Amino acid sequence: MQKIYSRPLSLKDTSTHYCPGCGHGIAHRLVCEVIDELGIRERVIAIAPVGCAVIAYDYWDFDVSEAAHGRAMAVATGIKRMRPENIVFTYQGDGDLAAIGTAETIHTANRGENITVIFINNAVYGMTGGQMAPTTLLGQKTATTPGGRTPELYGYPLKISEMLAVLPGVKYIERVSLHSPPEVLKAKRAITQAFKNQMDGVGFSLVEIIAACPTYWGMSPQKAQQWIPEGMLKEFPLGRIK
Amino acid sequence: MTGSKKKMLISGNEAIGAGAIRAGCVFYAGYPITPQNELTSYMAEHMPAAGRVFIQAESELAAINMVFGAAAAGARAMTSSSSPGVSLKQEGISYIAGAQLPAVIVNIMRGGPGLGNISPSQSDYFQATRSGGHGDYHSIVLAPASVPEAYTLMQRAFALSETYRGPVILLGDGMLGQMMEVVELDTGTKAPAVTKKPWALTGCKGRQPNIVRSIYLKEGALEKFNLLLQKKYHLIRQREQRYESFAVDDARVIIVAYGTMARIAKQAVMALRKKGKKAGLIRPITLWPFPASAFSVLGRPRQKFLVTEMSYGQMLEDVRLTLEGRAEVSFLGRAGGGIPSEEEITARAMRLLQ
Repeated sequence: MQKIYSRPLSLKDTSTHYCPGCGHGIAHRLVCEVIDELGIRERVIAIAPVGCAVIAYDYWDFDVSEAAHGRAMAVATGIKRMRPENIVFTYQGDGDLAAIGTAETIHTANRGENITVIFINNAVYGMTGGQMAPTTLLGQKTATTPGGRTPELYGYPLKISEMLAVLPGVKYIERVSLHSPPEVLKAKRAITQAFKNQMDGVGFSLVEIIAACPTYWGMSPQKAQQWIPEGMLKEFPLGRIK
Repeated sequence: MTGSKKKMLISGNEAIGAGAIRAGCVFYAGYPITPQNELTSYMAEHMPAAGRVFIQAESELAAINMVFGAAAAGARAMTSSSSPGVSLKQEGISYIAGAQLPAVIVNIMRGGPGLGNISPSQSDYFQATRSGGHGDYHSIVLAPASVPEAYTLMQRAFALSETYRGPVILLGDGMLGQMMEVVELDTGTKAPAVTKKPWALTGCKGRQPNIVRSIYLKEGALEKFNLLLQKKYHLIRQREQRYESFAVDDARVIIVAYGTMARIAKQAVMALRKKGKKAGLIRPITLWPFPASAFSVLGRPRQKFLVTEMSYGQMLEDVRLTLEGRAEVSFLGRAGGGIPSEEEITARAMRLLQ
């Protein structure tokens, strides 16, 4: 029998701690597939966020640094400036990248640091128990918006990718989703582009991945995938932003 | 040119920058704040000129985390600020200690609390010597009393940070940062060799992947890691205490002061000696580890101690803890712009000698 599909070399052979239906598993794998295909595993330095993916190095088989909550891009800046020959990427959730780390995000992008950013947007804080994220939809119930997010009290879902697109230092932004196989393939193409850009010295590249969090959306894994086009994508339309 | 020397009249801030460059610092990130701006400007001019990295960060948080990244990548890295900015850096310093990364942080102290003012102060002693950020950790804290000493201690700071893999704080005050003195700069081109850093993130070519981390979730793992840190701190306490003592052997009153305050105290000791009064000085150079060894033969009957600081009594606690009630300890301190004068110190010492 011929083996035609297998675990990427960059992905460790281990069991997952992520919940059923969580987007991190697919996103981790896509990143690892791309790294393998581009042949850069031995050059990669990743920065893990604070959030559910804090122990991403339990899955990734390459050099990884932790960062304080929200500071991944500042850490990435320090690494990339000292080792421009390495391929540096951050992997951050919506709370990390678009709430506590907003300043680092905007200024790293504005400096045009030649790094790759994988931004997981699931509209909720997972690790701490399902609180409101900056990207939480209006009406969405979370641990801190028990009656649903209202603009009067909580403001609006933050479209950080669109905000970043106006900065001249930003070279590539695409929003993708993981809710169906065709979308997963598109996500992989975007991730590939974002890494290729860094290898070619193009500059700051970000892929926003809309991912499901069935546990804190209060849905079955299947229902959560359906809710992505029905809810999330109405607020966060897919496609190339820059 | 190797090994040659050049005398220059420069400020403390500039001397710190020169010392860092001499020590082989290749990465600097900072954010403007008075009274340390000359240091940031010095680095902006000299780091890129030497083919090294200078970044003006968007915040103190970003600056210290850039240093975290550069250090994780194996580089000699530093940041600098003054009191309110150093408060912001505490998160990063805790992570640097937790991830066991070598890094140097300069604090040119100003008056507080809050925004305070830009006058010299020593009110951040507690913050520097008692962790400052969250968790059971220590930074090694060095306190220069002159511009030339700032230059040499800055080089020592990098060496210590690499030997012990942790944060080292150079603690000066606005007076030290701003005043100018003659410094003999070592213009030899060779910086000290970089310590081997097999843990650094360089890409996993030819080895197993490295992980820089400070999270330990498995049961018992964090306690084990903390015990490792404590072992390291014990070693530092044994090996790295530094101080200057002056005329203490027969002294009946010993003044204890650090940094620029120690220079004023030394003047007071000399004035007292001229009057035939038996006064002496202990000047801690390492604030953590506190130089308890300076006090080991002291605390004889009738020997008194006078701690003087530009604060309302912070190092005072370490002196009391060290003497453990063996001798009377008095305190003279001013802050918020006030500086204990030579006359005030002399007068207080005279009263203690009566």
